[in-house]
Amino acid sequence: MEAQTQSQQMKLEIKDLHARIDGQEILKGLSLDIPKGEVHAIMGPNGSGKSTLSKVLAGHDDYEVTGGEVLMDGVNLLEMPADERSRAGLFMAFQYPVEIPGVSNANFIRAALQARLPNGEELDAVDFYKALYAKMDELEIDRKFTARSVNEGYSGGEKKRNEILQMAMLEPFYCVLDETDSGLDIDALKIVAKGVNAMRSPYRGFLVITHYQRLLDYIEPDHVHVMVNGRIVRSGGKGLALELEEKGYDWVRDELAVTA
Amino acid sequence: MIDALAEAPGSMDSETEESRAIGGFGSISSAFETKPEWENGNLPEWFTKAREEAWNEFLRLPMPGRKDESWRFANVKLHDFSSFQAFEADADQIEELIERSHGLAESSARVIFVNGRMVKIDAGSDGVVCLPLVDALAEYGAVIENHFMNRQGQLGGRKFAALHAARSDSGVFVYVSKGVEVAHPVEVFHWVVGDNATAFPHTLVVTEQNASVSVVEHFQSANDDEAGFAVGAVKLVANTGSRINYVGSQRWGSKVKAVNLALTEVGRDASVTGCIAQLGSAWCRSEAVSHLNGPGANSDMISVAIANGDQEIDQRTLQHHAQPSTTSNLLYKNALYGRSRSIFAGLIQVDQGAHQTDAYQPCRNLLLSDEVEANSMPGLEINADGVKCSHGSTSSQIDDDEIFYFVARGITPRIARKLIAIGFSTEPIQRLKNEAIEELLVAQIGQRFEDVTQ
Ligand SMILES: Nc1ncnc2c1ncn2[C@@H]1O[C@H](COP(=O)(O)OP(=O)(O)OP(=O)(O)O)[C@@H](O)[C@H]1O
Ligand SMILES: [Mg+2]
Repeated sequence: MEAQTQSQQMKLEIKDLHARIDGQEILKGLSLDIPKGEVHAIMGPNGSGKSTLSKVLAGHDDYEVTGGEVLMDGVNLLEMPADERSRAGLFMAFQYPVEIPGVSNANFIRAALQARLPNGEELDAVDFYKALYAKMDELEIDRKFTARSVNEGYSGGEKKRNEILQMAMLEPFYCVLDETDSGLDIDALKIVAKGVNAMRSPYRGFLVITHYQRLLDYIEPDHVHVMVNGRIVRSGGKGLALELEEKGYDWVRDELAVTA
Repeated sequence: MIDALAEAPGSMDSETEESRAIGGFGSISSAFETKPEWENGNLPEWFTKAREEAWNEFLRLPMPGRKDESWRFANVKLHDFSSFQAFEADADQIEELIERSHGLAESSARVIFVNGRMVKIDAGSDGVVCLPLVDALAEYGAVIENHFMNRQGQLGGRKFAALHAARSDSGVFVYVSKGVEVAHPVEVFHWVVGDNATAFPHTLVVTEQNASVSVVEHFQSANDDEAGFAVGAVKLVANTGSRINYVGSQRWGSKVKAVNLALTEVGRDASVTGCIAQLGSAWCRSEAVSHLNGPGANSDMISVAIANGDQEIDQRTLQHHAQPSTTSNLLYKNALYGRSRSIFAGLIQVDQGAHQTDAYQPCRNLLLSDEVEANSMPGLEINADGVKCSHGSTSSQIDDDEIFYFVARGITPRIARKLIAIGFSTEPIQRLKNEAIEELLVAQIGQRFEDVTQ
């Protein structure tokens, strides 16, 4: 019985979330459960608030949460500062990864791993590079990128692949991928999908934000949600993505108008 | 935060200017007013005469003041050198400092100075001549005579240059003859020990045709709590087709006032990279001049400074293109914490006929506190055609989006800020293209950030 209660809590639970930026409400009562072991996809028109959701989850302080709650394995996520959320096991792959001149990829990932160690403990450099090179090889990222500044001058696709490399190195419990497929050529898309699929496990949940059904051919979701105007308006199986592709968002909007 | 440009002098707060005048002009210790006792030995007459003249010039010249354009924005209250005097280190201190002289794993020659006196020299292997300057006079007198203190201190520091020439006991002379490529860097350690002690580090590097050498100098205090006064002069002379890589790592103690006068002469198709890392001192004035004297000459002028507390970093530069098809690439980066201030005044001068010249002069300030101040005065004087010049000074704070990117990966905001600042400051070091030196400097810069962000 107890094991069951525990497993019930093993999810990222978003309840009636409201958030705004610069006085403008963007998330308007969004609810979503992502249990460990599942992949959920969110699709939705431009400006519907998908990136806002991912940044609110990650803890960006430009956004003000005005209502609702988010629990990660039963723990109140919204009370934690952003860095603590990451260390607790949340990962957000940025839609627009930031360029950090002068800080090498290797040093950046190393600092992130070091931040997860208890005070006074040093990351083993040899083990670190071994793990890093292995993941880079899997994602077919040239090893030269270890010495290059984080995202600086990378192509769009290289930036996205770099996000997945960080995810692979940090081994989070919940991964939010914000349009990681945008900007990827077809080969890179397959490589990234392979990287994500390799990380799928009963101990990890995924929220994949995308505009393209194509990604979902490679990363098969358990559930698909449609987000419009700051809310999840429809949920279904992966067939929903195909239906959307065919009919466009107007179809959902029209249905909403009818029910409203 | 003040970020004043020379084009807009009105932007400087006049009250601040006024308050700086209180306390008047700086002064130099009366200990310096007695004539130095030179060990004349068998020194050539020209050398003794040059020192005599320098001594007279020092006495004759007034202290720079607030009205001097070449000292504009400088806080003259900091120009008080009245308490300093010569100090002789004892044998134990010298031995300890020799022990503490750590740098590169491999060097072609190694020299250690304590308070201006040479205490150890592992003279050159790998074909490099590395000698105490006074000893070199016998064999290399003609070369040295051509260059000793010649044209040094042109950017306002002439009085300090004269003091240096008169007071410097010796110095180090690095000479590489035609075609010799020295395998490892020449490494020079300059220590200052004793409260209110002085040092006058002197370095002359000459490379003949197609030769190449790297020189790394370390400037350090034995004890951080001891005040000190250092006036150093460095001259780099790269003759036709030769190459000099110079790095000065200034890690004087936090109570040391330092003047550093660097002069580079670059001949036809020769190339010099000069890098100064300002990682210590209470106040430092740095003057760096590059004369591009032959077609195809190239000069890279790099500076990295990390200041905190009430530190002032006063930087004056000149890129002088005397001949056509010459290039100069300057990059100055200042990371400012606490209430520190930076002053950057740079001039690009392109002589008549020096066509097809490329000259770049960016100075970047990273403002890491609300109380820091960055002053920039870029200048251009162009008298030729087909010239590509750019000068741009920027001052910025760390971007919030950059911090969030770190934080979203679990790195604390404090460490994020530090890593971003380290990235800002170490980026120019890659231009040195020498792995061992890069590694050493990056470690020293990292240590400096540890110290200032504690
Ligand atoms: N500072 C701000 N002030 C007001 N509105 C803002 C601000 N920042 C973002 N928004 C708005 O919030 C809305 C949601 O943006 P968000 O980036 O979350 O959309 P999205 O669903 O990710 O879109 P896309 O598919 O184009 O990536 C947009 O209409 C946007 O203009
Ligand atoms: Mg978006």
